[in-house]
Parts: sequence; C-alpha cells; structure tokens
Amino acid sequence: MIKRSLWILALTVVLSACSSGVKLNEVPVEDKVASANEATATVAPSSMVAPVVSGNAGVQGVPPAGVNVVYFDYDSFTLKPEARAVLERNAAHLQANKTFKVQLEGHTDDRGGREYNLALGQKRAETVRRALTLLGVSDAQLEAVSFGKEKPAANGADEAAFAQNRRVEIKY
Amino acid sequence: MNKILFLSHLSQLFRRFGVLTAIAVFSSTALAQFRVDVSGVGMTQVPIAVAGFKGEETFPQKISNIVLADLERSGQFRAVSMAGMAMDELSRPDMPQLRQKSADALVAGSVTRLADGRYEMRAKLWDVVSGQDKGDYRETISQADLRLSAHRIADWVYQILTGDKGVFATRIAYITKTSGKYSLWIADSDGENSQAALTSAEPIISPSWSPKGNQLAYVSFESRKPVIYVHELATGKRKIMANFKGSNSAPAWSPDGRSLLATLTRDGGSQLYQVDVASGEAKRLTQSAGIDTEPSFTQDGSKIYFVSDRGGSPQIYRMAATAGSAERVTFNGSYNISPALSPDGRWLSYITRVGGQFKVQVMNLSTGQSSAITETSADERPSFAPNSKLIVYATVLQGREALMTTTLDGKIKAKLSGQSGDIREPAWGPYR
Repeated sequence: MIKRSLWILALTVVLSACSSGVKLNEVPVEDKVASANEATATVAPSSMVAPVVSGNAGVQGVPPAGVNVVYFDYDSFTLKPEARAVLERNAAHLQANKTFKVQLEGHTDDRGGREYNLALGQKRAETVRRALTLLGVSDAQLEAVSFGKEKPAANGADEAAFAQNRRVEIKY
Repeated sequence: MNKILFLSHLSQLFRRFGVLTAIAVFSSTALAQFRVDVSGVGMTQVPIAVAGFKGEETFPQKISNIVLADLERSGQFRAVSMAGMAMDELSRPDMPQLRQKSADALVAGSVTRLADGRYEMRAKLWDVVSGQDKGDYRETISQADLRLSAHRIADWVYQILTGDKGVFATRIAYITKTSGKYSLWIADSDGENSQAALTSAEPIISPSWSPKGNQLAYVSFESRKPVIYVHELATGKRKIMANFKGSNSAPAWSPDGRSLLATLTRDGGSQLYQVDVASGEAKRLTQSAGIDTEPSFTQDGSKIYFVSDRGGSPQIYRMAATAGSAERVTFNGSYNISPALSPDGRWLSYITRVGGQFKVQVMNLSTGQSSAITETSADERPSFAPNSKLIVYATVLQGREALMTTTLDGKIKAKLSGQSGDIREPAWGPYR
C-alpha cells in the first residue's frame, strides 16, 4: 500500500514537473569563470596568489523512484545481472521523458592512482551508456563522466567499502 | 670484496649516526615552526654550519633555519651545530673551532630593517677547510619575501658548493582535503608559506605548472564532472580549457606553453588530445581501443610519455609528439602508472604496484634499470624538481595523506609539513 502510494506520489511529481513547462534538465550553465574573474582581478606582486572560491553548478532532473546505481566487481567493467532492472527502469524513464538528460558517473574504489582511476571509472560509465543506448535511449540524453576514486560512497579499506564504491550512479 | 663489506658497514654506521645528529640539531632549534624529518644519510654530504642571522630573532621563522633545512633536504649537506657561536657576515669566523666541529663550510649573515620598511638581507659563505671567503650575498626585499630570500640564499650556497642550480626558491602546488573542502595551494619548496589559489566543495586533481610558472592547469569537479581549467596565479583569473562531453583530465603543458596534453572522452573512451591554449581546439593524438591517459611531454617536446592498458595492463609507453606508433617503456609488473620525466631527460619516475602496494620507482632511461626508492605503500604522483635532483610525491604516513621529497636514490627523504589534514597531488614548479 505504502509502496503504491509512493509510486503515485513519485509519478505525480514527475508528471507535474513535465507539465509545468519548466524544463528541469535545461538548467543554464553558469559562467563561474567570468564571475571569478571580476571578483579577483586585481594587480598583485608576482609572488602573490589570488584566492578563488569555486561555485557549484548543482544541475538536477527528476530520477525514477528506486536505486539508480549499478555496481561492479573488482577490476571489472561488465554489467552484473542485478544491473538489468536498474537499467531497464531508467531506460523506460528516459524514453518517456525525451527532454531529460542524465550524467552517468563512474566511480572506483580508492586503490591506485587518481588519473588512472578516473579512466577506469570512465570505462564503467561508458559500459552503462552503451547498455542504455541498446535499450533504446537516445545518446543525446546521456553523458558518461567519471569521478574516479574522488567520491567514495563508503569510507573504509575493506572489501565491503570497496564494493560500494565501484559503481556508476545515474544522475538526473 | 672486503672493501665493499667495509663500506656497507660504514654506511650503516653513518646512517644511524646521521639520524641521531639530525634529531639533535632539530631539537636544539625547538622554536622552529617547521620541521624537516630527514631519514637516512648519504655518504658524500658536505658538513655545513649556518650561524643564526643577526636580526632574525624577531621573525617567527628563523632565516638560518630555513637555509639549513633547505640544504639538508637536498641530501647533499649535513648540519653542523653552531651552538654558542654568535656571528654575522662581518665577523671573523673561528676557523680552528669550526674545523674541530668538522664543518667544511660556514654561512653567516644578517637581516636589517630599512627606513622604508623593506629589509636588507646579507650573507657570506666561507670554505672552512681552506679558510677562504667564497662570496657575498646581498638583496633588498619586502617583508613578504623574507622566506623567498632565505630560499635564494640556500640556492646561492648550493650552487657555489655543488656546481648545480638549487631549487629552494621554486614553488610546489598541492591539494588538501579537509572536512569535505578541497583547496589548491601554492607553497614554497619546503611546503611552507602556502597560499590558497582555489577552494571548492568538489574535488580538484592533477595540477600542472605552465613552463613560465605563472599559470596552473588542473582538473576541477565543481560542475559535477571533470573539467580542465587554466588558472593565472597572480590574478586568480581562470578559464575553462577543456569542457567537452564526457571527462576532461590529466592536463600537461607543452614546453612552449602554447598547448596542453589532456585525456578526453568526447569520442568514447579515454584518449590523448592536444588542446591549443589560445583557441581551445582539441586534436586527437591516440587511437586505441583501451585507456590512454597521464600524458607528458619530454623537455624538448619531441616525445610524449603516457599510460595505456592497450597491452592488457596499465603500462608506460612513449611515442613521437607528432603521434604514430607507441613503444612500451615499462615491462615489470602489471600496474605502472603516473610517469614523470626529469627535466634533464635522464630519469623516469612512476608508480608501480607490487603485492598490493604502490611505490615510487625511478628508471634510468639510458639503461632501462628501475628501482623502488620508498618504504611506504600508498605512493602517488611523483614530480621532479626543475634541477632533476629531487622528487616530490604523495603518500600515506600514519593514516594521513602527506607529501615527501626524496633524492633520486631514495637516501634522503623529508616530509613537507606545511598543512594539516590530507595533502596530495604535488606538482613541482619551474625555476623562477
């Protein structure tokens, strides 16, 4: 019962968002660079370093209800059977909402170099991108990116934490 | 045979003795706010005495301590205590007493506040063995540049006594992570005197110095994906250098400063590109089915070293800068990443994984021989000093991310202790 009412609630949110005329996926990209320039462009001696505080773009959309994360085995880029339901649900959601765009964020556990892990996370994100494309999602709705080991879901140096961190998050 | 055995015994003795000496020296200067943890000792170190500079008492960091710590960190000098010997550059040194302390060289000097608020820094270097005056140092500086001036004096001493250019007046960039906040810092070569260039709620990685040292390229995740920025340090002016669809990472400047190598995924998969700084246009350099990343130019710009998993495991390769076929460089082990080339072109430093541990390696490029130079197990991202004599790298010490410098033989290491919290992603800047 509760589950069902949540579904209805989620659907209502999604539908009202769609009918409101506000395109949630098209949050304008803020030009943080220009504002940073204006705030800090001063004449300074050469040994000085002018401080800059970065902004946060905070782009969001409306995800389907449920977990939108796909997990991977160590050193692996192949989808596990558990990923199927997640991908199918998101594929249907994206096909029903063609204006939605998602970022597929690849992540790794924290062993090894930062740049190489970024490339490994990218490989996982690309795997999910291809899977969603095969399920009929337009490539224009998808962007595969990577955070490498920079944003672990779980802290800890054991396999339980590592397994939580080897993932692709489907972000709306 | 016997001689080699004797030498190895002697080096062990020296090592023990050297560590004790270092501890003694630094505990006697307990007021110093920074610390050099010297571990290990080489065989050919010049014993040097640095007298307390006249007038330095009013500063939180003593000029003489900065000079001495610099020289020690280079691995080529050993501190001789000046306890009880007050003097400046005008004094007549007590050579017999200094010889008794086994000092080969002596530095003394003074710092004087001028009427206009600036400072005059003076120093003199003596050869204690011959008793000869080896030269005078003098410059007028603002108070903000006192540390810089101390580093310059260390460079001056280093050059006279070793014949090589010193790197103490150069800068190091690094990233800290403290309670979910990421900062990009520019610090003196000893990790001190850090100034924040960028603060962000999202990760910052892979800082890379422009050849002139006035700009940094780096990867920031502030827009929820990896984007390459170029940042002018003196003004804080930033521009997005590469923000193509997918990930943009691993920036590395060309020697002429006109382009950056980068890893882009805009065509699917991590591949190498050359991005023109003026136009932002990206030209694809590699066409592999796997991962190509962490590119860097050789000093003459003719070759590019990079990491690729095209052979089944991540290994270091090199190719002509004009692209074309690549030649594999590392063969030992199944995980070799983060190549760094020494500016003199003789050495390649990189990270290798051995039995689940990640260690800094140094390869002699003319022989292909490689050796591990650290005792730590989570090393990352080696970066050469501009004189090719030292490497700074990230590691984990007592559960904290920290930066270390090391000589290429791994014999002299120093922890850079300028920041609290986790310190990572070092990049040694050029001469300035």
